[in-house]
Amino acid sequence: MAATPSSARTGARRRLPKLAVWKFASCDGCQLSLLNLEDELLALAGEVDIAYFTEASAATKPGPYDLSLVEGSITTADDAERIRRVRAMSKALVTIGACATSGGIQALRNFADVAEWTSLVYAHPDYISTLAESTPISAHVPVDFELHGCPVGRDQLLKLITTFLAGRTPKNPTEGVCAECKRAGNVCVAVARGLVCLGPVTQAGCGALCPSYGRGCFGCYGPARITNVPALAAKLHETGLSERDVRRVFHQFTAAAEPFRSGSETHDDKARR
Amino acid sequence: MTTKPDANYLFRVANLARVEGEGALRIRVRDGEVGEVELQIFEPPRFFEALLRGRAFTEAPDITARICGICPVAYQTSSCQAMEQVCEVELPEELRRLRRLLYCGEWIESHALHVYLLHAPDFLGYPGAVELAKDHRDVVERGLRLKKAGNALMTAVGGRAVHPVNVRVGGFHRLPTLSELRAVRADVARALDDAIATVEITAGFDFPDVEHSHDYLSLRPANGEYPIENGVIVASNGVTFPADDFEAHISEQHVARSNALHAKFDDVDSYLVGPLARYSLNYDRLSPLARAAAQKAGLGRSCHNPFRSIVVRSVEIVQACEDALSILDSWDGAPTASVPVKPRAGVGHGVSEAPRGILYHRYQISDDGTIEAARIVPPTSQNQPAIEADLRQVVESFIDLPEEVLALRCEQTIRNYDPCISCATHFLDLRIERE
Repeated sequence: MAATPSSARTGARRRLPKLAVWKFASCDGCQLSLLNLEDELLALAGEVDIAYFTEASAATKPGPYDLSLVEGSITTADDAERIRRVRAMSKALVTIGACATSGGIQALRNFADVAEWTSLVYAHPDYISTLAESTPISAHVPVDFELHGCPVGRDQLLKLITTFLAGRTPKNPTEGVCAECKRAGNVCVAVARGLVCLGPVTQAGCGALCPSYGRGCFGCYGPARITNVPALAAKLHETGLSERDVRRVFHQFTAAAEPFRSGSETHDDKARR
Repeated sequence: MTTKPDANYLFRVANLARVEGEGALRIRVRDGEVGEVELQIFEPPRFFEALLRGRAFTEAPDITARICGICPVAYQTSSCQAMEQVCEVELPEELRRLRRLLYCGEWIESHALHVYLLHAPDFLGYPGAVELAKDHRDVVERGLRLKKAGNALMTAVGGRAVHPVNVRVGGFHRLPTLSELRAVRADVARALDDAIATVEITAGFDFPDVEHSHDYLSLRPANGEYPIENGVIVASNGVTFPADDFEAHISEQHVARSNALHAKFDDVDSYLVGPLARYSLNYDRLSPLARAAAQKAGLGRSCHNPFRSIVVRSVEIVQACEDALSILDSWDGAPTASVPVKPRAGVGHGVSEAPRGILYHRYQISDDGTIEAARIVPPTSQNQPAIEADLRQVVESFIDLPEEVLALRCEQTIRNYDPCISCATHFLDLRIERE
C-alpha cells in the first residue's frame, strides 16, 4: 500500500488525505459499516477529506484520491471499465468485504448458466446486461489490500484507515477462526454438537462470532491462508452430508474464492469418479 | 451559474446522493411538456431469486439478508416467516417478541441513518451530515447516538448490526443472555429521549405545502400492535388481505406513458408503502409517547405530505424504542431458542414491515426442504411508480426554475421515500422494458 502522502505529515499546510468510497455489485453493508463508526465518524472526518462517498454526501470532489475503499464485485462490462477508472484515480485501493474480495454471494452464478438465471428472474432477459461471472476487484485491477468479511467489521475498517493514515502497512490475520474460537473459550460446535463448521478453513477476524452464537461458521471471511479444504470436505461427507450438502457448505458468501471453489469441485469430481 | 432549461431537454441527475445504492434520475421534456420520468437503477442485478433455487430452506434468511445491508433483519424475518408458514410452525410468543425486538433495532438504526445522515441535510441546506456537523454538531451527534443504540440492540439480539448471525427459521440460534439485554436497555432508554427530541427537531423544519393522493398499503397485526414484524395487509381503500394473497392484488402492469411495467395494486392509480402508510393506517396503534410526540409535532391522524415523512419516521423511532423497552422489561426468558422446523413440500408467504415498507417473500420448497422457486418484492419496487408520479408533479410545477434548483427539488423528492436501490435491483426490468 502507498505510504501516507508526505504533505500530510511534513507539508507547511496540512493537506488531508482524500478518501473515496465506491460501490459495485453489493448490498451496501460494508460502506454502512463506515457510517456505523458512530463514535469515530466525526473525528475521522477531521483527519481525512471524505471526498467521494455518495451514500453520505452529495458533495463530491474530483480525484486523485489517496485511499479508495471499494465495495462490491464486478458483474457488468460497464463496471469492469469503471473499476479501471477508479484504479487510475487512486493512490491506494483497498477492497472491503466478501463481494469485492471474492465475488460475493452473487458469484454463485459462476457455477450456473447465467442466461438461464436471467430468464428466470426477468421477463425480457435481452434487456439485461450482465457478465457470466461475478469476479473480485483483483481480477480486474491491482489491489493494494483486501479486507475480508460479509460484512467487514467496523473496527477492522477503522483500523485499516488509521493504519493507512499512519503510513503503515495493514495486515490480515493469518490464523483461522478456530484459533479465535479457542481464545473465546467456546466449546467446539463441530466436535461437541456435530454441527457443520467452516472454522478450520476460514480466515479469522470476526472473533468466532457464529460459534459464539452456537452455530457453525459459514465462512463469510473467506478461506484462511493455510487450509485443507479437501480434508474437511471428506470429513463432512463421512458425517453423512450428501454431495449437494457439501457443495452448499463451501458455496456460500465466498464461493468463488480458492480453495472453496475448487475444494468443493474436487470433492464433486472425486465422487463422480 | 444557473441555466434556464430550453423547451426541449433531457434532464439528468447522474448519481443520486444519500440514497442506499446507485440510482439516477432521467426526465425528458418536449415542447415544455414533461415526457418520460424515470428513476433509473443501475445497480447490477444479483439474481437472488435464481441463486436461491436448489439451496436449503434454512439458508434463506442468511442468503436474502445479503440483498440489503441496511435492512437485513427485514429479509431474515420475511423469509423465516414464509418458511415457517410452509412447514406449519408457529413461533412461541416469547420468540416472536424477540424477533420484534431485533426488528426494533433495525428500525431505530435505519430510520436514524435516514433522518439524520441522509434526509435532514436537505432541510438544513447541507450536502451531507459531515458538513452539517461543522455547524450543528449536537444535532448530528444525537443522530449518531440513536443509530448506535439501534445497532447495539441488533448486536445484543442478533450478534452483529449488519447481517446478524443469530436468526434462524424457527427462532434463534441462542437466546440473548440477561446481562446482554440489561446492558442494551440503558442504550434504548436514552434513545427514547433522543427519539422524542428528534420529533421536535424535525417538526421544526420548513415543509413545502404539498399533498399526494397515493393509496396506502401497510401491515396491521391482529394483536393490536403497531405493524413491524407481521400482520395482514390493509389498504387505505378498505381492502384487506393476508400475505398469501399478495400476488393476487399486487401485479405488474404495463403503463403506456412510461413504456414500463410498474407494480400495481388492484386498479389503484399508485400506492405507497412505508412510514407514511404505516402511520396513517395504524395511528390508533401508536404507543403512548409516540402518539404524544406526533400530536405535539402537529401531525394529524394521517399524513400525505411526503416531505413530512421525516417527522413520521422520527415518530416511528419513538415507537420502536418504546416497543423495545416494553419487550426488554417484560422479558422473562424462553424455554428454547428455537422450535424444530421439519420441511414439508408447499408454498409459503412471508411479509414484514421493512423500515421502507412491506417486504414480501414467497418460496416453494420440496419435501426435503430444497427451495424450488423464490419471489421477493421489496418496498422500493412498490414505491417506484409513486415516486415517479411525485417527480412528474414536481417537474410540472417547477419547470421554470433553474435546472440546478429543479435537480435539488427532484433529489429531495426521491429522498423523501428513503429508497433502497440495492433492494430494488432485481426489479431492473421495471425500468428498461420496451414494447
